[in-house]
Amino acid sequence: MKKLLTLLVAAVMTVACCLGLVGCGDNGNTTVGEIAIPAVVSDEISKFDKVEISSDFKIGVICLHDDTSTYDKNFIDSVKAAAATLGLTDNQVLIATGIPEGGECKTKANELVAQGCKAIFADSFGHEDFLIQAAEENPTVQFYHATGYKAATAGLANYHNAFASIYEGRYLAGVAAGLKLKDMDAKGEIKDANKDANGNVKIGYVGAFTYAEVISGLTSWYLGVKSQFPNVVMDVQFTGSWFDPTGEKSAAETLIGKGCALISQHADSMGAPGACEAANIPNVAYNGSLISECPDTFIISSKIDWTYYFKWIIAANGGNADAIPTDFTGSLTNGMVALSGINGDVAAAGTKEVIIAERAKLMNGTLKVFDCSKFTVDGAALTTENANVLEANGIVYYNESGVQSAPSFDFVIDGITFLNTLY
Amino acid sequence: METIKTVKEPLFHVIKRGDLSLTRQILVRVIAILSGLLLGSIICWIVYKTSPFVFIYYLIKGNFNPFDNFLELIKRSMLLLMIGLALIPPFTMKFWNLGGNGQILMGGLATIICMKYLGGVMPDGVVWILMLLFSMAIGAIWAVIPAVFKAFFKTNETLFTLMMNYIAAGIMLYAIKIISGKNTTGTIGIVKTANLPELGHPAVLVALIAIIVTIFITLYMKYSKHGYEVALVGDSRNTAKYSGINVKVVIIRTLVLSGAICGLAGFLLAGSVNHTLVTEETMAKSGFTAFTAIIAVWIAHNNPLATIGVSFGIMFLNNGMEYARTNLNITEEAIPSMIIGLIYLVVIACEFFITYKLKFNGKKTSRKANTAEMLKEDK
Repeated sequence: MKKLLTLLVAAVMTVACCLGLVGCGDNGNTTVGEIAIPAVVSDEISKFDKVEISSDFKIGVICLHDDTSTYDKNFIDSVKAAAATLGLTDNQVLIATGIPEGGECKTKANELVAQGCKAIFADSFGHEDFLIQAAEENPTVQFYHATGYKAATAGLANYHNAFASIYEGRYLAGVAAGLKLKDMDAKGEIKDANKDANGNVKIGYVGAFTYAEVISGLTSWYLGVKSQFPNVVMDVQFTGSWFDPTGEKSAAETLIGKGCALISQHADSMGAPGACEAANIPNVAYNGSLISECPDTFIISSKIDWTYYFKWIIAANGGNADAIPTDFTGSLTNGMVALSGINGDVAAAGTKEVIIAERAKLMNGTLKVFDCSKFTVDGAALTTENANVLEANGIVYYNESGVQSAPSFDFVIDGITFLNTLY
Repeated sequence: METIKTVKEPLFHVIKRGDLSLTRQILVRVIAILSGLLLGSIICWIVYKTSPFVFIYYLIKGNFNPFDNFLELIKRSMLLLMIGLALIPPFTMKFWNLGGNGQILMGGLATIICMKYLGGVMPDGVVWILMLLFSMAIGAIWAVIPAVFKAFFKTNETLFTLMMNYIAAGIMLYAIKIISGKNTTGTIGIVKTANLPELGHPAVLVALIAIIVTIFITLYMKYSKHGYEVALVGDSRNTAKYSGINVKVVIIRTLVLSGAICGLAGFLLAGSVNHTLVTEETMAKSGFTAFTAIIAVWIAHNNPLATIGVSFGIMFLNNGMEYARTNLNITEEAIPSMIIGLIYLVVIACEFFITYKLKFNGKKTSRKANTAEMLKEDK
């Protein structure tokens, strides 16, 4: 009897809670929802859509995790989209998930070759050495690797690296964050606790490793924020893992505790965005929109959309298309650098228009993300004396992903503090 | 005082069986495995809408065709077997060594350090011997620290060995940073110097060493004085003590052996299979960790020879499922792992029914009982 009573009380309370929550939703402000940013339109993007693909062509994709990792899901979704556009059937796309960064990667590549794959793609940095071994063993099969850097020096005709100028996407996402800071400042939402000794507003970043890809990403994001809101400094906390929900959550909580007014991350779990949603701190995401998971804090997200590259791989190996260069860097123009919609309930008004204007400038070359006049390293600006620094349109800039597709910018610029560099 | 009262008895009693004949035991196990597979294919059928037997078809094809897949099955199951063998002596002694992962990682680390910094400097043969010695030594050290604390201070070995795993994982992260230099991404890449000889396929060397270890452990546990002492300490620490066995020495000696075999597994994983640092993630993604080995040893009742079969079975399921996932366009691992887990569950449950049987009682029985007895029942 007692049990029954307890159950009854619990049930009543649950129903009451649900009603209460729904009530709150109804009484709150009217929601704006997602504001889409019009995609770049170019002939380049649809170049391979009409290529005939032979019915016995197979592509193999090697992923580090399964699709619960946003990083791997991005690749899986892209190859599925490309396959659908080009009319491939399910058994022409073999996706192997959960392949470790070790000898198993080579074994799996060989197994996919044995199953008839003519093109093999691997998605994780640590796969590279083992994929190169597989490429050496299978000269008639083409191998493609995201984020690696060894294709330029490996001297193999069938091994390729690819990446995208995602620093441009990060910069544009940073612009949205900068506008949000400006908006918060105007509304008086930025407290003294959010400022450092010099009155600069603190923002935070959760990074995986102190690796160029991460540093390039966080620097371009910071420069994007700074372009709209100059008085800003950034703290970075590294986790030492690409996928560590608990570690990323506690890193974000550390940054929030230090007074960061806005946070972004380069790590693949829901850890940091979840911590931001719980503490009501605005967040800029990576690899996909989190508007349904974090409706009160998600601003915008950038990602590399690999669909174009997958379409090219399928067209070049299963049909007829230009050969793929050893190093390929996707861009805003071919749609590989993509932005999600803006969360109208969190972002500042007018964000969409500013982003479209900045994007146009990036595409026509009048704006460079790593413009050396906009940042300093140890108090001094980089000059054309430094490696990879070029001059064009009167701008001295760091030519990111210019030679190798993988990012190489690994300076710690002034205004950014690494709280830990253990990893 | 005598009263008559209706006593509610439990639905069934668990009773220990007399020895079941070997043929019936085998029959029960075969039926359990088959029903586990059937359960798996039914779930596959419901969730992924594939035809019900396509799962079993891929399970078999993925393990045997092409032949390389079969070699892969041998390689992985022999590694799992070796980790299992390392756990048999401490488990027989009822010392729950949950630190296998840490011991393997440390063994792998020692191997990679030798390969990276001594490879090319010394002749390969010398480096191989150093790799072997250092990996077994560090594995043994990693296992003996909790053993010493257990023997002298009666600390809890499950927690202690588990904690040693975390320390090892932390050291690995730091080692990756040191070895790979500034540009770290959590991997050190391939180490090309002083790789262990392949003998045609990495499976060959692994299988050879695993067979040697199996023979050694079988003889050690069954015929040596040490093995007898281990079993006695496991049965009753006090009996062992009063029959003149130095329990402390037995605990420490057994864990040195256990850790050294784990270190040996790390030596093979790093030096022959991966040629790079082995992390817990690498092992988990290959389908075996020291925790998988615990399941193997448990199902095999601490019997080294039975562990061979169980290791094969576990890796057969794992590899077949990997192949099925790729060919059925399944890009999430949660449900496939659940299916494998259910199959384990059915097999482990069958082990229960081999040892015990259920005796069903009538719903209610009326009987005479005196008050004292009733009070006892009510408690």
